Amino acid sequence: MDAYPFWWILSRVDVARGLVGGGLIGLSAAVFLLFHGEIAGISGLCSSVLQRTRHVHRIAFIGSLVAVGALLRWLWPSAFGSSAASLPLLAVAGLLVGFGARVGSGCTSGHGVCGMSRGSPRSIVATLVFMGAAAVTVFAIRRLGA
Amino acid sequence: MSRRSILAAVVAGALFAIGLAVGGMTDPAKVTGFLDFTGHWDPSLAFVMGGAIAVYAPLHRFVTRRRAPLDAPSFDLPDARRIDRRLVVGAAIFGIGWGIGGYCPGPSLVSLVSAEPATWVFVAAMAVGLALGEWSREATSAPRTDP
Repeated sequence: MDAYPFWWILSRVDVARGLVGGGLIGLSAAVFLLFHGEIAGISGLCSSVLQRTRHVHRIAFIGSLVAVGALLRWLWPSAFGSSAASLPLLAVAGLLVGFGARVGSGCTSGHGVCGMSRGSPRSIVATLVFMGAAAVTVFAIRRLGA
Repeated sequence: MSRRSILAAVVAGALFAIGLAVGGMTDPAKVTGFLDFTGHWDPSLAFVMGGAIAVYAPLHRFVTRRRAPLDAPSFDLPDARRIDRRLVVGAAIFGIGWGIGGYCPGPSLVSLVSAEPATWVFVAAMAVGLALGEWSREATSAPRTDP
């Protein structure tokens, strides 16, 4: 930790991009709530779409997310990085992310943004747990795996 | 289902996608950099969550003061209060997967359409995981027979 002074950490922070990007996500969730009365939790909406529940607004939201993502990837490729994980590891990661989000009733959006905003104790606990578990995992991969 | 309702969902999806890209969530290296508290910590993504909460928290209060949303008969918000083992174990499993790949569900879907196989593999596996999770929820939430 001492090898990285505070000014060095600060120099890497992209405050404006973070706040603007986050603000747009918050606005999106508010639009979804205003019109459809639901929490904009991506894992829950995605699961509902996969189960073919015929909620047209959920299909439209997820479809738009993917389509606008494709457009952004084409117009602004530098915003998209690639994962350091190999393909088999990415398959494991995807399985854990999907399963964990469903069992834990939410992911970064449902718990981390919407639930935390509502002051839901379950979401606060879930967010602390998944951030902690993710940090330990990154630590283990960086320190023990490499 | 009105046209306005679908349009609102499309606009919300678009805002979400743009927000994730602007915030840097679509770069898994930036995500693992944020999670790397003991190394080259990059706190940028804390501002994404902070910015999202700063905008959503007041709007959530404001919107839910209405009797009903614009295009649904009533609000459908989670009302569970109990912090149970399923919540904690699920969140831990989710966190491990997030740490391995650097992708959570939103950014993986926004990054999906690509010439490279990585996001396709991740999202396909995530779909299987979501289905398994759904199955496990249904299997374990059967009514308890004990009093």
